[in-house]
Amino acid sequence: MHQILILARKEFRSYFDSPVAYVVITLFLLIAGWQFSTALFLSNTADLRSLFNMQRFILLFFIPALSMRLISEEKRLGTIELLMTLPIKDWQLVLGKFLAAYLLVAITIFLTLIHYITISILGEPDLGAAVGGYLGIILIVGVYLSIGIFTSSLTQNQIVAFIVAFVIIFTLFILRSVIVFFPGFIASILEYLSIDYHFDNIARGVIDSRDLIYYFSMMFLFLFLTVQSLESRKWK
Amino acid sequence: MNVLDYIKFMQSMRWEEGIINGRRIEEVIEICGLGDVLQKNNGELSKGYRQRVGLAQALIHDPEILILDEPTAGLDPNQIIEIRNLIRKLGSQKTIILCSHILPEVEATCNRVLIISRGKIVADGSPTQLQASFEGKGILTLQIKNNLDTFSEKITSVPGIERIISSEPVSDNLVEMHVETVKGTDPRENVFRLCMETDSVLMEMKRVETSLEDIFRELTQKE
Repeated sequence: MHQILILARKEFRSYFDSPVAYVVITLFLLIAGWQFSTALFLSNTADLRSLFNMQRFILLFFIPALSMRLISEEKRLGTIELLMTLPIKDWQLVLGKFLAAYLLVAITIFLTLIHYITISILGEPDLGAAVGGYLGIILIVGVYLSIGIFTSSLTQNQIVAFIVAFVIIFTLFILRSVIVFFPGFIASILEYLSIDYHFDNIARGVIDSRDLIYYFSMMFLFLFLTVQSLESRKWK
Repeated sequence: MNVLDYIKFMQSMRWEEGIINGRRIEEVIEICGLGDVLQKNNGELSKGYRQRVGLAQALIHDPEILILDEPTAGLDPNQIIEIRNLIRKLGSQKTIILCSHILPEVEATCNRVLIISRGKIVADGSPTQLQASFEGKGILTLQIKNNLDTFSEKITSVPGIERIISSEPVSDNLVEMHVETVKGTDPRENVFRLCMETDSVLMEMKRVETSLEDIFRELTQKE
């Protein structure tokens, strides 16, 4: 555990060594703020729904951009070998990197709490919906990130990692819009796989174990696949 | 990430194996001569310094055995000498397994040499032992001009000459040959006579002691 945290801290700091973290946080807050204020004046209601809807969409691009370098860069530079010589297991390595990226995104997202402060001055927002919304977003980020780190472990090329992650996430994202074309039982499976469907429940303020299980099992699945992909170097 | 942070990071990652204290970091920095570059980023360093950073991170937990793969590859002559001195210094206290294709380096730094060919150990011993076991089989370096074909045909039948090890043309009419001599003989006179016989010109003739390089070539080129 100790080593996971040290690794996570180093990864987290390395985001700030390059302009990546600054650019991503600034852009994210700008776009989220712009969308939020536009929607606020149009609808004239004190809620954060537009903010969450927007975040889900922007994160589609931002998460792969943050996660693409996590493992692929180590592979390209050969520094992965150094990490492999350390007395840590592959899963610890993956988890450390995952946590670092998670922390960065979580901080960014909580910076948008300023919008909640705005609307609570202007009106009386629904606290439950806000808490649920933030929880939902944080869980979605976990799923996106685990997909991103997985694709990053597949290749040495960051762009490829970005695109593949984007495609997988986007597929999960639009799943709910295409289920009308499928017969009943397939549709219900697809609906269960859709990220949106589970988010809506949580955003309403309903925290259902089914939704939590969905998010955690998706995260677990992709992190597990990442570890397998790292271990595949030993397969002969 | 700068050099100091990197070394600290590697030390804390190895906390189970090593001793965590500030003095060890200072020691390693001292040993590897990294004092001047601590605040630089790893990516900005020259190859020699990168190599030393690599060595520093490998030494940080004070391992008993150090495995180095081509430690001087890609360094300039000054850096090579620095790294070699470093290896010798470390080798006085630790076991160092060094893998290299630069044989003079091996001769200069190692106490025990293993030569591996096609996955099998073909020689094992100290550099002097290896040389001793190949000694007696002297080697002659010859530079011969004119009538090369007849000369190389007949050279093997000269008493005291075992075989031709290599023969490289220097120019059109000039060839450099390495020939192995039978143990305990000095066939230089015979070679000279052969030259007269075949009407070749002897440009150069030199006895060489077997170096590690010759032993290596001998052992790994059998087929």
